[in-house]
Amino acid sequence: MLTDVTLAVLGVLAVAAGGAVFTVDSMARATYALLASFLAVAGIVLTLDLTYLAVVTALMMTMEMAIMGVFMVMFMMNPGGLMPMTMMHNTRGAAAVGVAVFALLTTGIWTIDWPDARGRPSRDSTHQLAEALMGSHMLVMVVVAAALFATIIAGTVLATHRGRYDRFGPNLDARPPRDPIPGGLPR
Amino acid sequence: MGEAALVLLVGLGLGAVFAATDHAVLTADAHGIGVPIRRATRLLLTQRRTTLAPDRLLWRIGCVAVPLLAFGSLAVVPITGSSLLSTTADLVWFNTMEVLLWGAVWLAGWGPNAVHALTGGYRFLAQGLAYELPLMFAIITAGLGAGSLNAESVVAAQDGMWFVVTMPVAFAAFLLGAAGFAFWGPLSAPAGADIAGGVMSELSGVDRLSVEAGRAVFLGSAAAMAATLFLGGGHGPWLPGTAWLLIKTLLVIGAMILAGRRMPVVRPERFMDVAWIVLIPATLVQALAVALLVISGYYG
Repeated sequence: MLTDVTLAVLGVLAVAAGGAVFTVDSMARATYALLASFLAVAGIVLTLDLTYLAVVTALMMTMEMAIMGVFMVMFMMNPGGLMPMTMMHNTRGAAAVGVAVFALLTTGIWTIDWPDARGRPSRDSTHQLAEALMGSHMLVMVVVAAALFATIIAGTVLATHRGRYDRFGPNLDARPPRDPIPGGLPR
Repeated sequence: MGEAALVLLVGLGLGAVFAATDHAVLTADAHGIGVPIRRATRLLLTQRRTTLAPDRLLWRIGCVAVPLLAFGSLAVVPITGSSLLSTTADLVWFNTMEVLLWGAVWLAGWGPNAVHALTGGYRFLAQGLAYELPLMFAIITAGLGAGSLNAESVVAAQDGMWFVVTMPVAFAAFLLGAAGFAFWGPLSAPAGADIAGGVMSELSGVDRLSVEAGRAVFLGSAAAMAATLFLGGGHGPWLPGTAWLLIKTLLVIGAMILAGRRMPVVRPERFMDVAWIVLIPATLVQALAVALLVISGYYG
């Protein structure tokens, strides 16, 4: 009973905070409203006794939002971010898509024939999750990790506007390199 | 109920000890535990000043969150052998409290609508990108050695030998990370004097008390966590476990202040280089070494 109430409250909180993203008038508030929504979802997962998933959700989302907020404020036309702004673009189309997807998902969740739980839930859900993810899929995970890491490095290399000729000069012999930020170690 | 009160009491006590020792080392004015108490009382009685057009809601949330997160991080430290919140992912919980602080400190810098505070908030996040990964690897190395993310199991796994013996790099990285997320000592650039106090510059009255006290409690809590993860927690002869944990925590606090106050404040962009080129590889090699020891059955 108490669990049901907690889940309902957190669910409403998650949706309300998600809605707030589109009604507040500052980028910082929009970012942290989105974070509040994610934290409410983490609370839901925590209520379902999936501690590891819950805290990891909170951890990842907080980091993401904290960094994203900086970039969002930076790329805004009004970098101070305290002047009124809106997150709305293509209002009608977005509302139509949002309502349609929400209806589709809700119908799916309520009408699907969920299988009944078999056996008893494990006492250590973290361990169980690790077994499920890493036990039989270790190779996939290792390959995915390497691919993701390569993507990050490739993305950074493609995005940076300075190459080694900018740093070390046309003959690659300029020492120390011309870097906008000197850094803390000898280069 | 009693457990929660204990966490509150131990947190405040450790925070006060940290603040008093830090003050004594900095000013050679050894008035002990009275200094933080006097300062707290004065801040409580001071009227709050404000700035032009602040984002009051976010500012308050940021200030209030700092001490809440500090006590939240102490909740998974097994003070009496068992902790207030014993979960299957204590170590990740501690990490999450510390990451939520990213949001809190940035909001404290953002809220007042003032340039120095905002600069401090940005510095905090930039510095976070530097110390966070080594800190995470350090925490996970202790969990790896114990084969569990539960703090009590980590203590139990150190029955024969403290983890610091096989994980010295992780121990050092953890303490450095603690200085980082509490923006204290060599990593205090977010509240640096060169930007007039940075994130702290516009804080006054009860807001300032909240952030300063929360920061001190966080440092005390990090020292307790370091004692738990690497110095065997409550293990020790003759005395009860709680006493050993507190003694070790106090020694860690002393060591942190002794080492931290001998170093100059590091500029965030310089620390970034050191963190990514030296600390991350070092902590990864540390984790690899511990993983090999685990496979060889060294930890039993």
